[in-house]
Amino acid sequence: MTTTTVGAPTPQQPAADTAPRPRTKSWRSSIGLGVVALLSLLIFGLTTQAGSQTNFVIATNSDFVTLPSLTLPAKLAAVSFSIIALLLAGWTAYRANQYRKVGLWLPIVFGMAVMGALLTWAGAGRDNTTIQLTGLLTSALFLAVPLVFGALAGTLCERSGIINIAIEGQLLAGAFLAALVGSMAGNAYVGLIAAPIAGALVGLLLAIFATKYWVNQIVVGVVLNLLVVGLTSFFFSTVMTDNPDLNQALGLPRIDIPILSGIPVLGPVLFNQNLLVYIMYVVVIVLQIMLFRSRWGLRVRSVGEHPKAADTVGIKVNRTRIRNTVLGGAVAGLGGAFFTVASGLAFGKEMTAGKGYIALAAMILGRWNPKGALAAALLFGFADALRVQLGIIGSDIPSQFLAMTPYLATILAVAGLVGHARPPAAEGTPYKK
Amino acid sequence: MKLELRGITKKFGDFTANDAIDLVVEPGTIHALLGENGAGKSTLMNVLFGLYDADAGEILMDDDAVTFVGPGDAMAAGIGMVHQHFMLVPVFSVAENVMLGHEQVKGPAKLLDVGAARDKVRELSDRFGFDIDPDALVENLSVGAQQRVEIIKALSRDAEVLILDEPTAVLTPQETDELLEIVRQLRDSGTAVVLITHKLREVKAVADTITVIRRGKVVGTAEPSASQEELASLMVGRDVSMTVDKGAADPGEPVLRVENVTVVNEASGVTHVDDVSLEVRAGEILAVAGVQGNGQTELAEAILGLLPTAHGQIILDGNVLSGRSIRQNLDAGIGFVPEDRTEDGVVADFTVANNLILDLYDREPYSRRGAIDPQVVRTHAEEQVEKFDVRTTSTQALTGALSGGNQQKVVLARELARELKVLIASQPTRGLDVGSIEFVHKRIIEERDKGVAVIIVSSELDEVYALADRIAVMYHGKVVDIVAPDTDRDTLGLMMAGAHSKEEAA
Repeated sequence: MTTTTVGAPTPQQPAADTAPRPRTKSWRSSIGLGVVALLSLLIFGLTTQAGSQTNFVIATNSDFVTLPSLTLPAKLAAVSFSIIALLLAGWTAYRANQYRKVGLWLPIVFGMAVMGALLTWAGAGRDNTTIQLTGLLTSALFLAVPLVFGALAGTLCERSGIINIAIEGQLLAGAFLAALVGSMAGNAYVGLIAAPIAGALVGLLLAIFATKYWVNQIVVGVVLNLLVVGLTSFFFSTVMTDNPDLNQALGLPRIDIPILSGIPVLGPVLFNQNLLVYIMYVVVIVLQIMLFRSRWGLRVRSVGEHPKAADTVGIKVNRTRIRNTVLGGAVAGLGGAFFTVASGLAFGKEMTAGKGYIALAAMILGRWNPKGALAAALLFGFADALRVQLGIIGSDIPSQFLAMTPYLATILAVAGLVGHARPPAAEGTPYKK
Repeated sequence: MKLELRGITKKFGDFTANDAIDLVVEPGTIHALLGENGAGKSTLMNVLFGLYDADAGEILMDDDAVTFVGPGDAMAAGIGMVHQHFMLVPVFSVAENVMLGHEQVKGPAKLLDVGAARDKVRELSDRFGFDIDPDALVENLSVGAQQRVEIIKALSRDAEVLILDEPTAVLTPQETDELLEIVRQLRDSGTAVVLITHKLREVKAVADTITVIRRGKVVGTAEPSASQEELASLMVGRDVSMTVDKGAADPGEPVLRVENVTVVNEASGVTHVDDVSLEVRAGEILAVAGVQGNGQTELAEAILGLLPTAHGQIILDGNVLSGRSIRQNLDAGIGFVPEDRTEDGVVADFTVANNLILDLYDREPYSRRGAIDPQVVRTHAEEQVEKFDVRTTSTQALTGALSGGNQQKVVLARELARELKVLIASQPTRGLDVGSIEFVHKRIIEERDKGVAVIIVSSELDEVYALADRIAVMYHGKVVDIVAPDTDRDTLGLMMAGAHSKEEAA
């Protein structure tokens, strides 16, 4: 509100209500995308042998509608994919020049184009091998499951102001208890029920140390991870080794959802999965709505952003934080069931292999949003699936480099290719009255 | 609603913050709670608001005793509070902030009814002429607008008693006048308003009743017709002169020259200081006035060397300062009192004695052969504490435990201990009580009279008038003009909004 006391026109707008916003051009994302697109053109486009072909198999035999497999002239396709990527990078630069941002569709389409170039290049000239597109997507989704649950757990905790580094430990605890309880009951579904309890217990420990004793949350998280590794390894090499019955390889059956699973390409990918994957869809949707459109979500976010303000309107800060951290732990624990009962494997030492940390990166890349976490986790899952697929084709790239792709994607993504993400303001800070 | 406090006592350890305080607030009146910083005003209000438990005493609303376990209870009982540091979530919209804690939901899924909150904000905003957009993000609002959001927040809960804690500390003169008008409106609509402040002018402008608190006790009540001197002496406990005696300046040669200096934030690319040139002569005080956030802070920090200059030069006694280290600049005779003393002025976890030698710790006689001599440091501290009237239990007390005024005296004592050519003080008396303000102003004028070139950055016009020999007004990173100290308030106010004084005169 401005009060002007003179009749004479004031030369400039007096201190306005809205603080001046810095109008800066951010070139980071356009430069990043441009570099990746150029590399794609140089490596995948130009080194592909002219005249060779790549076979893509889009459908599986069991599909309702069978699509024919696709054979593309490799060089033309790889160059075209790369040029699409270059155009998208150019569009980003054009928008940045106008101080405008691009939508979420752009990085997705961009990624698909670069992946297309990569796959065409990798499969070029191998007449006896084909790129199993459906298989690739199915395994991408499947490998993303623990990352999605982990990233959702992180989102739940950090939105309330608690940093959850213990996702790794929660996944591992969930995997362990799922295998143990499932084996005891002889039923994988029972294991699925037990998994979140293990994660919630780890979450409870984190919550207590963080809110009651104000211990540095990152330190507690790391220590909890080590604690879970120690405990599970101990029981694995003692109790489970002595009684193999307690660590069986159980498996959740795939449930084929009629009609939906008949959709070409995506149907079998999305709707011919096991129960854990379907639970994941529900959790993502419910959390997305609850966090941003419910009373609970508003309060949780206020606690994570400005706990004192929440306190002054009667919201119990520490109670909210403890509740969310335990809930987050339970979600991560459920995700841990992926490693054992949902994959049909017995428990193995440290079998989560750092997935909890990748989940943390997915949470950041997803900007602390459930849907963003899902998208980021799918990206990482895809990178992982690609590694497997390229390994099968027998690509020219050394397998060690392929094994690095998900982590490389993580670093590139988190380093700000998608713009600067802002974490909840009060995260990591204990609330003291 | 009538609010009554009886015998409220609140102790923190051995320290009695509130000692048997009685207070009655009638509906439809403005009750000013006047006291220095640290007198216990905010503690009292936090007890009333349910943030602290009282050790003794009771709260009555319309003659019924009530107990508040948390702020939620207090709000349910009809008490609203606008905190000194706003309790708003910056990344939420206005509507979200207003509904937080008492959200309305709709539909079978019980999702937030944002529409209802929006309507509520519009209704209250229209009723008081606030002009607040319910969908604006709070972080994009000016400080004054954020405060109006706080008021809407309290009123949306049907607050019948509204507590305003130091509401004008962050406002420009114009915004302050607007706020006081709002407070009058609220009173006329039947709200009981408690105005916590240490600013006498505001109290006299709006209060119906004045209660003065000193050291946790009610020391008296006063009528708004009482003079500022009477109120101040009641508040401080001794006679205070409201105007610091200041002789005419006797300016000598220019000591510091700022030539075409531009400061750009490297991270955001925002230009904070835009081609500023000015000079300060020995033995004069140049006050840099302006609404906060117009580049004054950055200019002061650039002179010391805390911020790099993108263009231009800063010249002290013929030597270019740019590119030299801060240590070299300090040695060249710059004294610097930062804007945020708790953040940048003192190390809160260090003792008073150690804070007093932060700039001298490695010099003789404080340090010998690489080791600090604690005895010399202590003697030095005792002298300084005496000289600057720092109220502390001992020189070995932690500086963070001192009141704001005393911390500021520590900063001044440290900076003035060196031989200075230039003293730069940003907001030297922000948050200080009357007694400390007087002291700090006296010391600054003494430095001027010793021949030091002084730059004061202040957003308080009272302070600018009290100290300035010349006034430079900054707006959007530029110096609008440099004018004489007798320029009237209205003109300065307009210049602070960017109007050129010469155009104004024409």
